[in-house]
Amino acid sequence: MIRGIRHTAAFSFLLLTALLVNAVRVQVFEAEGYTGNPANRRTAIARYAQPRGAVVVGGHPVTGSRDSGGRLRYERTYTDGPLYAPLTGFASQQYGTSLLESSEDGILAGTDDRLVVFPWWDGLVHRRPPGGRVETTVNPAMQRAAYHGLAGRKGAVVAVEPRTGRVLALVSSPSYDPGELSGNGRSVTGAWRRLNEAPDRPMLNRALQQTYPPGSVFKVVTAAAALDSGLVKDLDAPLDVPDPYTLPGTRTQLGNPTEGCEHAGLREAFRLSCNTVFARLGVGVGERGMAEAAQRFGFNDRGLRIPSPVAPSTFDTRMHPAQLALSAIGQYDTAATPMQMAMVAAAVANDGQLTPPYLVERVTDAHGVMVATGARRPTRQVMNPATAEQLQEMMAEVVEHGSGRTAAIDGFIVGGKTGTAQHGVRNEGTPYAWFIAWVRDQQSHEPLSAVAVVVEDAEAEREDISGGGSAGPIARAVMAAGLR
Amino acid sequence: MDVADRADAAEARAQAAGDGRAAGAPPAPPRPKRRGVELALLVGAVLISFCGYLAVGLARTHAVPAGALRYAAGLGGLALLAHLAVRFGAPYADPLLLPTGVLLNGLGLVLIFRLDLETPADHAAPAQLVWSTVGVALFIAVVAVLRDHRVLQRYAYGCAGLALALMVAPILFPAVNGARIWIRAAGFSLQPGEFAKVLITVFFAAYLAANREALADTGKAVWRLRLPAAQVLGPVVAIWLVSVGVLVLERDLGTSLLFFGVFVVLLYVATGRTGWIAVGVLLAAAGAAAVGTLEPHVHGRVQDWLHPFAGIAAGRGPGQLAQSLFAFAAGGTFGTGLGQGHSSLIGFARKSDFILATLGEELGLAGLSALFLLYALLAACGYRAALGLRDPFGSLLAVGLAVLPALQVFVIAGGVMGLIPLTGMAMPFLAQGGSSVVTNWIIVALLARITDRARGPWPDAPARQARAAPDALGAAR
Repeated sequence: MIRGIRHTAAFSFLLLTALLVNAVRVQVFEAEGYTGNPANRRTAIARYAQPRGAVVVGGHPVTGSRDSGGRLRYERTYTDGPLYAPLTGFASQQYGTSLLESSEDGILAGTDDRLVVFPWWDGLVHRRPPGGRVETTVNPAMQRAAYHGLAGRKGAVVAVEPRTGRVLALVSSPSYDPGELSGNGRSVTGAWRRLNEAPDRPMLNRALQQTYPPGSVFKVVTAAAALDSGLVKDLDAPLDVPDPYTLPGTRTQLGNPTEGCEHAGLREAFRLSCNTVFARLGVGVGERGMAEAAQRFGFNDRGLRIPSPVAPSTFDTRMHPAQLALSAIGQYDTAATPMQMAMVAAAVANDGQLTPPYLVERVTDAHGVMVATGARRPTRQVMNPATAEQLQEMMAEVVEHGSGRTAAIDGFIVGGKTGTAQHGVRNEGTPYAWFIAWVRDQQSHEPLSAVAVVVEDAEAEREDISGGGSAGPIARAVMAAGLR
Repeated sequence: MDVADRADAAEARAQAAGDGRAAGAPPAPPRPKRRGVELALLVGAVLISFCGYLAVGLARTHAVPAGALRYAAGLGGLALLAHLAVRFGAPYADPLLLPTGVLLNGLGLVLIFRLDLETPADHAAPAQLVWSTVGVALFIAVVAVLRDHRVLQRYAYGCAGLALALMVAPILFPAVNGARIWIRAAGFSLQPGEFAKVLITVFFAAYLAANREALADTGKAVWRLRLPAAQVLGPVVAIWLVSVGVLVLERDLGTSLLFFGVFVVLLYVATGRTGWIAVGVLLAAAGAAAVGTLEPHVHGRVQDWLHPFAGIAAGRGPGQLAQSLFAFAAGGTFGTGLGQGHSSLIGFARKSDFILATLGEELGLAGLSALFLLYALLAACGYRAALGLRDPFGSLLAVGLAVLPALQVFVIAGGVMGLIPLTGMAMPFLAQGGSSVVTNWIIVALLARITDRARGPWPDAPARQARAAPDALGAAR
């Protein structure tokens, strides 16, 4: 009897031990796997249990939080949703995050380890630091100027500070209000469907994610390649390219929109935007030289982040001479994001040095204590300083007495290049109007900003003038807004 | 009793008496009663529960919950009344029993109150408090009325009959969630199966105590296992089979498993034959395998245990077991703190079967271990009393009453933590359910009475008295 009782007691003890060991297994050793399971809603609940940190533009937060009282409690609000959507993206309980909301999510949601002051203690008491702030480089005046300049037309504007790479304006139009996607529920689902099915694609970030044929604005790259390679030494020596120019190996003839290209030197050809001259120069530089020049500016770079990813701009590396000729004038497979073309303008303005653009000035914790500066990449020389100087001269002339007159600003040196890009089957689509420009101080020669503007539905005749007509004034307004 | 057993018993008594004298010597001076210790522990238990209640309110509304003082006063009052009943009715009872019961009950009330915050339309805590009061009242009644546990031996068959009647009763009532285990009347719902557990345990203990030798030494030998005579084993097996059959009909497999476990354990303790364990395990395995394959409901539970995340993979979302595991994992070592977890994600049965998940999430491994140790204390009280008693019925009853909660805790805690397939069962004292709380208070009352007998200076009955008692248990010889 005694023995049986003892055995039974021991058996009970064994059961208890099994329970305790199992509890340790579930709560300690396997806990992380269970917590990380996507079906476990606790991570989401904890994430939305506190207000999200602010995205700051020009010292003022452009985002906020709304207490919904639901299970996923705090929903994101935006003060100027459509204006800043191309930077902030959305933060939705239902559809996740995009752009800055996505790349800086750890800071904004308070999950980033860098926000934790006492890791061990905070882990013990399950304390979560409040969401930190993300301070952007954007200049609100320039952003507004760009947004109002596009006035709802399809297109994009990017402005950068050439020396530092700070992104000063980032606009995609038409835009949308990311606040409509905050939270979850029928209204969010409806908004998501409506925005995704809208014909003019308001959720497409045209500044970073859309590549356009750059057309004549690409001639800046071609000119840089020709000067760097020594193919052209004197800006005014006639190049004697036949007009029309027959593409090598084909019978296709390439013409010019204007007269006076046949005996033009590089300076004149640049001002007149002669297709024949630049196509011929591209062939002269050769496929390899052209591709290398383009890649130095950032073409074919799949890793560009600002920190939101930027779609790679493309310049083909394996082509027939005829295709190379077309590529050199920004047609054929050459395609560029507005961000890429802003970088080209910035490199010219900054004496051939390109600083990769960045959008996050610094991140701080909720109390404003700096956590980190935004990710920066080193400045690199993308062309000879002498080449850059020659290009500055030529671009300034385009604004002084060329197609870019609409961009001139009194008291400042402005350089630019217009472009009209054909696209569509047999080039039947409405051409895109391009304008890239930069502005420098007259005394110090400090490059103040570089801009790229693209307007998709430029209602204009198919001429380079349209680039100046539709996009030039926008570029001017954006640059001028930055000078005040 | 064989010689070895006698020696064992004497040794145990000597240990219990705290001195080295052999049996037959003049009675030892009585042990200390330790009622003051019990009172101090009770104050602690009530305070801990009260603090839990405050913590829930502070965490959720940043204010002291409205009914906090009423709650503390209610629980404290119940504890005090029970303490007085023990002080005057069972002065030598184990001082750990009552505080353990009060603390478990108090924690259960806190957890249910905490879960009520998630379901404003359905508040279970007030009813649970009423049932706790009923439970304590019954505790007092049992301690006051039942002056000697051996009286129960006389009513062994009565207990068995009542237990069967209680188990059959729900068949007349509609099923709830696939199980016919409730009686609904006048707005109340009872689970008679809960009460039947205690009654059946009493019957098993009484019958096996009366027929120990017959079970151990008579009958044919098959290979090396001596089977007891059929007429000795017959009645008890019959009653056991009927009860298990009824429970299977009612889809109350958890309780039938419990009956089986208690029966096998008591049979082993009574006869001292390990063979019974082997037979029991084999039968249990066979029964489990049969039920697991034939019964779709159980088959589903087993599948869920093997693949708790199958529902997620199939796109149905996490099942209850997966949600329960998530809750435990979220708790980690120290828990999220009362009122700050999300165990309400478990959904259905969060206040009954899965209440442990709430505790695991909000009090963590630390709280869970403490809880398991409280149950272990409860069982240990029973085992210690069983070792200290000289009447076989008392010993067997104490073992049965200790095994009952221990098995229940293992089955349900193992089930919600993925150790064994899930079997629906109430966590003693913790889970929502009036019948369960009341039954557990009766168990504690019986244990108090038995420990009082084991630790007290009461003159032991002669060893044969149990046999000579005017009961109807003497099997045909």
